[in-house]
Amino acid sequence: MTAALLGAVLVVAGPFAVPAAQAQQEGKTLRVALVQEIDHLNPFTAGFASSSMIGRMNYEFLTLPSAEDATPTGGVSDKWSTSEDKLTWTFHIRDGMKWSDGKPVTAKDAAYTFKRIMTDKKAQEANGNYVEGFVDVTAPDDSTLIIKTKAPRASMTALDVPIVPEHIWSGVSDMADPKTDTPAVVGVGDGPFLITEYRPNEVVKLKANPDYWRGKPKFDELQFVAYKNSEAAVSALKNGEVDFVNRLTPTQFDALQGQSNIATNKASGRRYLDLLMNPGAQDAARQPIGDGNPALKDVRLRKAIATAINPKELVDKVLGGYGEVAGGLIPSMYSAYHYQPDSAKAYKFDIADANRQLDAAGYQRGADGTRTSPDGKPLNFRLTARSSEDFPQRTSEYLVGWLKQVGINLEKRLVSDAEVDEQTSSGNYDLALSSYNTNPDPDYTLAKQSCGNLPSTPGSGSTASFFCDPQFDQAYQAEAAETDQAKRSEYTRQAQARYYDQAPSFVLAYQNVLEAYRSDKFTNFVKQPVTSGPIMEQTGYWGFYGATPVGSSGGSGGGSTGLWIGIGVVVLVVLVGGGTFLAKRGKSVDDRE
Amino acid sequence: MSTTFDQPQALIDPDEHRGGTGTVRFVVRKVLEGLVSLVLVVVLGFLLFRLIPGDPIASLTRDRPTSPEQIAEMRRQLGVDNPMWRQFLDYVGGLLHGDFGLSTTFRRPVGEMIAERVGPTLLLVGTATVLAVIIGLWLGVRAAWRHNSAFDRAHTGIALTLWSVPQFWLGLVLLIATQGLFPSAGMRSPDIPDGFFPQALDVAHHLALPCVTLLLVIYAQYMLVMRSSLLGEMGADYLTTARAKGLRDDLVRKRHAVPNALLPTVTLVFLQFGMVVSGTVTVETVFTWPGLGQLLALALRGPDLPLLQGLFVVFAGSVIVMNMLAELLYRVLDPRVRAQ
Repeated sequence: MTAALLGAVLVVAGPFAVPAAQAQQEGKTLRVALVQEIDHLNPFTAGFASSSMIGRMNYEFLTLPSAEDATPTGGVSDKWSTSEDKLTWTFHIRDGMKWSDGKPVTAKDAAYTFKRIMTDKKAQEANGNYVEGFVDVTAPDDSTLIIKTKAPRASMTALDVPIVPEHIWSGVSDMADPKTDTPAVVGVGDGPFLITEYRPNEVVKLKANPDYWRGKPKFDELQFVAYKNSEAAVSALKNGEVDFVNRLTPTQFDALQGQSNIATNKASGRRYLDLLMNPGAQDAARQPIGDGNPALKDVRLRKAIATAINPKELVDKVLGGYGEVAGGLIPSMYSAYHYQPDSAKAYKFDIADANRQLDAAGYQRGADGTRTSPDGKPLNFRLTARSSEDFPQRTSEYLVGWLKQVGINLEKRLVSDAEVDEQTSSGNYDLALSSYNTNPDPDYTLAKQSCGNLPSTPGSGSTASFFCDPQFDQAYQAEAAETDQAKRSEYTRQAQARYYDQAPSFVLAYQNVLEAYRSDKFTNFVKQPVTSGPIMEQTGYWGFYGATPVGSSGGSGGGSTGLWIGIGVVVLVVLVGGGTFLAKRGKSVDDRE
Repeated sequence: MSTTFDQPQALIDPDEHRGGTGTVRFVVRKVLEGLVSLVLVVVLGFLLFRLIPGDPIASLTRDRPTSPEQIAEMRRQLGVDNPMWRQFLDYVGGLLHGDFGLSTTFRRPVGEMIAERVGPTLLLVGTATVLAVIIGLWLGVRAAWRHNSAFDRAHTGIALTLWSVPQFWLGLVLLIATQGLFPSAGMRSPDIPDGFFPQALDVAHHLALPCVTLLLVIYAQYMLVMRSSLLGEMGADYLTTARAKGLRDDLVRKRHAVPNALLPTVTLVFLQFGMVVSGTVTVETVFTWPGLGQLLALALRGPDLPLLQGLFVVFAGSVIVMNMLAELLYRVLDPRVRAQ
């Protein structure tokens, strides 16, 4: 009966699959599987990574990180300059840009966008951070935008804020209005693609913007289709239901390699994975908080722990080779700011050396092999990590083993994501495995580790390392105010070098981003950075904007094979089901006699 | 024994009115009981979810550039810093106005988010339940009637195996086994076809796999209850009487045994329906079915307390309503219950 039912469903639905796949082929639509949720399309309230990625397609930015190396390049603005005192920034607005409803893009739109965020609390949700320290934003004429800031600020050319049309948004009084997520409001844009349809939890559709200032994209429609299950997304890529999948696991990525019509992209990523070592958590008033083991306040102990860890093995074994051994907080993909310690300063995995360091620092081994701190307490640490992810789970095993060899006992605490966040942000941990997604501009990544980011009350801040160091802060502040690229890079490296040396956390690896796409349908995706970066979830629109459809021949073979298999299955099911049914019928006739 | 003489007098009066006010009183009592349960659910839901560790704002701002001031503002807006009693009063006050609050993760009204997902879940669960009941009852009757036959043993075994299979695993296996025949995700194609019939076909195409997965897991209980219930009736004297009248075996089964054995199964259908609604988490996640189960999985990740509370009330509410319907239906179906 069940089989017969399945058969019936197949009869109804099986052949239907093919026309849909063919229609997609002809329409030059790029379908992307989106595994993360969308909270809002309204660019002022869109907080999720997926949502802001879609926003990037729809609205141009003042300036944005380039595809080449993620350094600032022109967007709505084509030229910019800063005053002598570095407090006034003047942006020239590009001539001839148009909103999709035909109105010109002017400096007034940009001024309106920033002012709205500055004055409307509800509009600060997504990008409030970027206007902090703004004193005033004005548009003296249509092509000049002037921003005045309280203090010099280097990250002014990395304002990750979509510029919106004033004539549409001045009519929106409540930013939380659900209407602001509909194409009626967000449908007017000036980016390479324009939002045309939004079915929550299902799909977002964008069409190519024919008037885009860089030129019309080379295909007609871009769709982001919801997939809550990455296995299903991979299967959809194989079937041709979608053309692009990201956030693949190493296993999925390996399985897709070498498949016909599918190309893979192993990209350097912007996420770093680190081991937090509670250096003595404190709040903004410098009062100690949390219950971290006080022994970890000793930088010599933290350095010895870093020496006893082998990041290379973690990258090879746990990440399956899909990662890089790390240096500073800024990953190598942002080459202008990345820090790699020279061999004299780097922690080199050496158990014997770690033991020597601990001996020298006065951590004597007890009878059972466990070391004790100078005040006589054994070095037993909790290791807090996410139970939901593979890396922390398996890494914790390695850490327990390595540290055991230097006389330090770890007690694994694998808990939910939310619990890890809660415990680390309130300082209730000894060691913890964490990670962070960095930005092309180094400012915020460093700001997170500065004294200014200590929480006013436990758990209320966004730091987890609780680092507060005058030398680091000095370098960070110099970087934040420096507009000369070379000098800024130097300060950024100095700050990272200090962080690396003091080891409030030990950055273990930069995780690779794993993506795959249908190479029989699309080509020329632009990576960011071009040599080794990801295609999706960039800080820009380069990846999909550059995509070019492959000639329309071929490709439907898979579909008709599917049809024949479908017909075969149906026939088989009908035969088997029917046969069984007839046999039963026969039997019940016997029974009646 | 004198009391037994007095009692019939006292019992006669209510019996006279049973057809009218008795039923009304029964219904009113059941509705009141349901409301009491619902109040308990609201209180319990509120307290229970406070026990989940985790700070929604911390998880939300973890990977996002946010200043301490912004975080403080978010806490203020969402009221997560208010004392517990204040949060509870706000919550209950909101519920009385039909307001489930604001999701902390999505910053959207919980009521709106639930409303947009009720339809897909009901479609999936409703279709799967109807099919599971039909298949389960049919197989159950056959199996019991031919007790210990190969058919009985095979189908009981299959049903029990499927019942114990994890839903997500079965879903993934079906997804991979039917590679390309059915859509891998969603309820509709990204490009919805024009016209009602093609649209219905499109939804049916998407519905097939999640529905079959759910169906395969849940039909066992209907089959097994039907089977054991019918087995219980098989030795009954009235069946011997029916056979003695010369009725064909088929008719004895259809007209006499099955109607009597059906009662516990019908109740089960209603009792289970409420459970199935909240049990779709895995199927909906595997097939990206945009329903309530998927929403629950998202809410737990936050943890998004307002969303969890809202879903808890909806899920518990559906169980309570279905229980009530089951009791009312039982009364209609079984004269013995009415007479009690």
